[in-house]
Order: sequence, then structure tokens, then C-alpha cells
Amino acid sequence: MSVPVPLLAVENLQIRVGVDGPLAVDDFSFTMAPGEIVALVGESGSGKTMAARAAIGLLPAPMQVCGGRIIFQGQALDSSNAKAMREVRGARIGMVFQEPMVSLNPALTIGRQMSEALKLHTTLDAATIRERCIAMLQRIGIKDAEKCLASYPHQFSGGMRQRIMLASVMLLRPALLIADEPTTALDCLAQLDVIELMLELTREQGTAILFISHDLSLVARYAHKVMVMRSGKAVEQGRIEDILFAPKAEYTRQLLEALPRRGELVPVPAADSALLQVRDVCIEHPGPRSFWGRSVPKRVVHSVSLSIAPGETLALVGGSGSGKTTLGRAVVGLVNPCAGAILFQGVDILKAANRAHRLQCQMIFQDPYSSLDPRMTVGQILAEPLRHEPALTAAQKRQRVTDTLVDVGLPEQFRERFAHQLSGGQRQRVAIGRALVRRPKLVIADEPISALDMTIQKQILELFERLQRQYGFACLFISHDLSAVERIAHRVAVMNQGEVVEMGPRDSIFDAPQHPYTRRLLAAASPLEKRADGSYRLRASVI
Amino acid sequence: MNLKTPALPGVAAIPPRRRRRYPPLNALIGGGLLAALVLLALLGVVWTPYDPLKLDLLSRLHAPNAVHWLGTDEFGRDVFSRLIIGARTSLWISLLSVSVAVVCGTLIGMLAGYLRGWTDRILMMLNDALLAFPGILMALGIMAIVGASQYGIVLALGIAYTPSVVRVVRGSVLSLRELEFIEASRVIGNSELYTMFRHITPNCLAPLCVLATSMFGWALLSESALSFLGLGVPPPAATWGSMLSASRTYISNAPWLGIFPGIFISLTLLAINLFGDALRDRLDPRMRK
Repeated sequence: MSVPVPLLAVENLQIRVGVDGPLAVDDFSFTMAPGEIVALVGESGSGKTMAARAAIGLLPAPMQVCGGRIIFQGQALDSSNAKAMREVRGARIGMVFQEPMVSLNPALTIGRQMSEALKLHTTLDAATIRERCIAMLQRIGIKDAEKCLASYPHQFSGGMRQRIMLASVMLLRPALLIADEPTTALDCLAQLDVIELMLELTREQGTAILFISHDLSLVARYAHKVMVMRSGKAVEQGRIEDILFAPKAEYTRQLLEALPRRGELVPVPAADSALLQVRDVCIEHPGPRSFWGRSVPKRVVHSVSLSIAPGETLALVGGSGSGKTTLGRAVVGLVNPCAGAILFQGVDILKAANRAHRLQCQMIFQDPYSSLDPRMTVGQILAEPLRHEPALTAAQKRQRVTDTLVDVGLPEQFRERFAHQLSGGQRQRVAIGRALVRRPKLVIADEPISALDMTIQKQILELFERLQRQYGFACLFISHDLSAVERIAHRVAVMNQGEVVEMGPRDSIFDAPQHPYTRRLLAAASPLEKRADGSYRLRASVI
Repeated sequence: MNLKTPALPGVAAIPPRRRRRYPPLNALIGGGLLAALVLLALLGVVWTPYDPLKLDLLSRLHAPNAVHWLGTDEFGRDVFSRLIIGARTSLWISLLSVSVAVVCGTLIGMLAGYLRGWTDRILMMLNDALLAFPGILMALGIMAIVGASQYGIVLALGIAYTPSVVRVVRGSVLSLRELEFIEASRVIGNSELYTMFRHITPNCLAPLCVLATSMFGWALLSESALSFLGLGVPPPAATWGSMLSASRTYISNAPWLGIFPGIFISLTLLAINLFGDALRDRLDPRMRK
């Protein structure tokens, strides 16, 4: 045979929701060669996860394969044969999940969980298994491997857990690794770490990767081939150079267009004094309590100073745990600083009767799924902030809610809907509406787009920018997504371990970063950028 | 973007809310049964087949027949009449004691869960001490203090059931207060009290509904236990519980004395549980189609 046998061949795969429900995946085919990295990109609901899960027979309950074949290493996989599937899963096809916080069992030690698969699929004795686990942990850069085996998952950070997860999957040397958004929940530095580690381990063992992601830059950087999916169908597939750098299909273009780019900024009106001043603020979290209720506080923000002018957007970037969210919460008054002062329009926000701050400073939360009361309608949610505007009559309030619905691009009939009837993007629109309905002067946006799909992210960013142009509010934009920051921020403050390490205008931070941490952040991001001729390339690293 | 641009994805995907034509089955059955029982209890105010308290020693322990539909008891009193009269007392006592427990428990649980810190610790310490007592023992103690009467029972059972409500409510509040919409309410400028009652209470309703309906059943039975110990509603007044406990002596030769109150208690529990489930679903917008 001249044509090598593909590692995995999926032919005309069809997945249905239930027996006669809609098709979740329709007529989907692809092949993978051994050792190849193939990316599956698309928005949520496009069926990319379902297609990959079908390969290991792990479709969630109502979904079922109703047509097509899956051939792995020359052998057809029959998901109805549970025993045969169990032998393939883990041993020959490994899987890494998206959420490192929940994909390890919190009640078992790392050692138990790592050795579990080896015990199942091999005949090795306990001592050898332990030896291999330790070797693998050392391989992924864990210093005290013995201690790690006896620890529990909660003792590690998200990035560390994902490394451990990866290590335990790769212990079995599978021929194929399915990675379902393995780094989406991590900040950009941890993301880079995990991806590089995944590549190293798979290269050593010749493992192929089926990489599910919605991050086009990441895919362009690491994958060999890419498949773009939309509502269950493959839109386009081929080599990275052909698809992502020179897109042909309309939808792929649309996805690439959705990548935020540095653009025109909303002009900042000239002002004499700063709207918000943060002076040497330190914030402590109460540490774990002892039996008698004593706790040793942990300092998460160290003496940070910054200021925001009226109408200006200051972005606060940094990895997880850098204290940026805590600082944002302090500015809005949800956390009290232990030292320093926060002045809003020149008045300390902790002053008892600082009503101006309460009314003029609003917040947009990260998770649109938990930031809206499930028992209130959109209309009630939008009207709630107006309770504290006694100057408005009931009719004016009603009109304001209507205006706000128009502002955030939701039709009037959404007034009567409940949050669970809306999509993530629509919920975030409601959350933005709630923050703006009182026409505040300052809005704190805490990772407002990180829980959303790419094209929705673009829409929300555009909406935000339009509203800022319209109402001229200032914004503290907290994010770890550098490309979004590049799109809308006037100035950028980079935080690391509770300190602002660098602060400056957008262009100077992105083009000439001074601090090594900023450089590392920027290097980790390396976005796709559009060239003059309409093709795309990965931006060269600034270092 | 304005109203005319159809650019917003997913807007058309959600069909407008449909009105369900029929209420769900559990609401129909539960509600129907409950209405029938309440009607029966109200009927007792104006009419009973016989005087429920009148002794008739010539017709002791008659089996159900055409004259006495559900038979007579050891004093010759008509069982059906006593059941009708007892319905009012039993349902009323259970309803009141569950209400006392739910109201007190919710308030204490919300305070403890929302304020946390020392308030929480002291309240929960007291609560756990109460919880450690067997409910019926505590009810006995309270009855001994306030004396045997209808409202004594209500107070006793209400206090005895409060700790479990506190636990459930506090648990819900603790998990709810971490959600972002609670913080959003604080950022808006709402007071703590408003946040508690507008945002937290409605979201605690589902577990409370389930707990309250099962407590209603316990209350019906505990009332009979108290009656059995001589601390219930004093005789000769009839309650389902006291009828059930009095039947114990005659269980072999006059089983109808126990069977009929038993059937009524079971029917009530069934009705309340079905109705409670329906109510919980109705109150939760996520469950509506």
C-alpha cells in the first residue's frame, strides 16, 4: 500500500439529539495521520466537542451517533460495544478536558488518580506504576514529585492541575490525544505553559492531537491542519496556511474578522481633574481561619496607585491571581482596602455619605450566567438601579428601560423574558444595560467578554465602544485578553502579584514594553493580524 | 444597532412564551384533593351526620354500616362525624405550626447566612443544640410549660421544626450570596435588607417548598404522638391523631377506628406533597415553558 493508514478516519459522521431530534453533527468527515496536530474550531453549539467525543464513545445522554463510521488505527469503533470502547479509551485515545478545576476528583490524591489508568490498562506492579508516575511528574517540572503524589487537587493552581491532568493521560502513551479547550480556563501565561508541555510530551511519544478550540491565534500557532465547523457541518478544512492565513470560506473570514484589532479610540474629553484616583491602596484577604477564629490575612494588592480621567478607558491586565479583580472590586466598593485611599471625583469613597460614588460607579461582571437574578425578568433587572433615582417619575423610568433595551440592541419583547431564556451574549447585553441605565460616570468591567464566543465578543466590544461614545463614561477594563485590551483601551496598567509593574498609553505598552513581565505576556499572546492584502499572519513577537 | 437590524443572533431562535393550556397533573390532583379536604373541614362547622361528642353506649364499636357510614368508636360516637370535626383541628394545627417554623426558620437562617461572622456562629450554635434534641422531646418540654391546648401544640411543634428550616435556608443563602447577581445588587446601591428579601429569599423558595410540605406530614403525626402521651388537644375534642392513637387498643376487633383516620392522614400527605411540588415548579420561572 502506498497510502499510509490514517490514525483516525471519521466518515460521514452524523449525531442526533435524541431519536428524532435535530442533527448536532451532520455529514462530518476527516482523517488524521499519526503524530499530526489537527484543530477543530467553531463557536459553541457548532458540534465540535460532540464530533470529538463521538470518537471515544463519550457522547452526553440525549446525543447519539446515527450515521457514519469512525475508524481508528484501521479498526472500526463501535460505540455500542462498551467493553471494546473501554479498552480503547485511555489506553489508545486519551482526553484532556476544559475545566481543570473539576476534571480531577477532589477526594482522591493525585497519586491515586494518576495510577488508576495504568492499573486498568497494564499489568505493571504497584512499584513500577509509582516509579512511572514519579518520572512523569518530574518530566512535567514538578519539583517534589513524591509529595505531589500524596497531595490533593485543591492544593494546585489551575495551570498546575491541567499539567497534572495531561501527565496522567500521557502516562499511557496513547496514539491520539483529544484536547477539548484545554487552556480556555487559564490565563495567557499558564496557557502557553500547558500548550508547550502538551506539544513536548506528544512529540516525544508520537501522539497525534485533536485540538478543540475557539482561539484562532493559538490554533494558527500550533496546529498543522484545521477544520472549521458551523452548526454541525464542516465549513472548510485543510492546512493552516490555506485556511487561516488565506481564508476562502465566508464563515472563516467572519471568524477572523471577529478578532479584535487595534483601532481608533473613543476621544477622551479634556478634563482638569481625574475622575478616579487610587492612592497607595493595599488590600488583604482574610486567610484560612484557625479553630479560634484567628486568621492571618493575605495581602493581594500591594500599594497600587492609578488614576482615570473622565471618559477614559484604563485596562488592567495580568495573569490570574495578580489582584486585578480585587482592585476592581475595591474601586466599586465591594472590598475595603486596608491602606491607602480611593477617591471618586476627589472624595474618598469610604466616606459615609458618598452617594455620588454609589450612583455613578457601576460594574459589569464576568459571568453572565450568574450575574442576573434568575427570578427576575429583563425589564425588572434593568429597572432595579432606577429605584435609587427618586427624581425620575414612573413613566420616565419605564422610558429609560425602553431606551436602554434599544441601546444594548435587544428587542422590546425581551422585557418580559427571564435570564435563562437568553443566550450568553444577550445576558451580557442585559448586564451592560443594567450598569448603564443610571448613566454612570465610571464603569468597572471585570472580564466582560471572556465567557463569550468569538463573534459575540466582537459584538459586545463594539456595543461597549458605541455606548462609550454615546454616554462618555470612563471605564476600568479588567481583562487577561490582550487583544481585546488593544482594541479599546486608552491606557494599560499591567499587574503582577499585586503590583502594577508597568503603566502607560496603549501604543507604548504594546509596541515597546519595558518590564520583562509585560514582554512575557505579550509574547504569550501573539495574535493573528490582518495584512494589507487581506491575508493573515501571526504577529512577530516584540521581544 | 437598533431595533430594525436583524443582526442579533438567536433572537428569532427563542419562540415567544407559550401559555400552557392545562395545569400540570400534580397540581390538579394535589390541588383537587386539598380543596376537598378543606371543604370537608369547613363542612364540619355547619353540619355533621351526628353529634361527634355524643356518647351512645348502646351502639359501641359498630362496624361501618348504613346508619354509621364509618362505624362507631368505643363510646358509640360516630367515626365519620369525628373525622369531619377532626379535619379542622388537625389541618389547622399542622398548617399553623409549619407556618411558625417556616417564618422563624427563614428569618434566622437568612440572618445567619447573610451576616455570617459572629451572628452566624452564635445562631448556629444555638440552632445545632436545638437540632440535637429529638423534636418530640422538645415539643413535650414546651407543652409541659405552656400546658395542653391547641395553640400549645402549634407553638411546640413550630419551635421543634424551626432548626431544620434554619439549616436549609442558611445553606441556600450561603451558596446564593457568592453569586454575582447578589454583588450586582450591592453595586446598584440596594440596602442589605432589600437584597436579602428581593434577591435571596425568592431563590431559596424551592428547597423551602419541599421541606415545608414534608414538615406538614410530620406535624400531623406528631400531633397524634402528643395526643397519645396525653399532651395533645384535650379529650373529648377530636383530632385525626388522637383518633388514631385511641384506636390502638381496639386494633384487632375494631380495625376501622384506625383505618379511616389513617386513610385521611395519608390522603392529606399525598395532596400536600403533590401540591407542594406543583407550587415549587410554578414559582420557579426556569421550570415554566
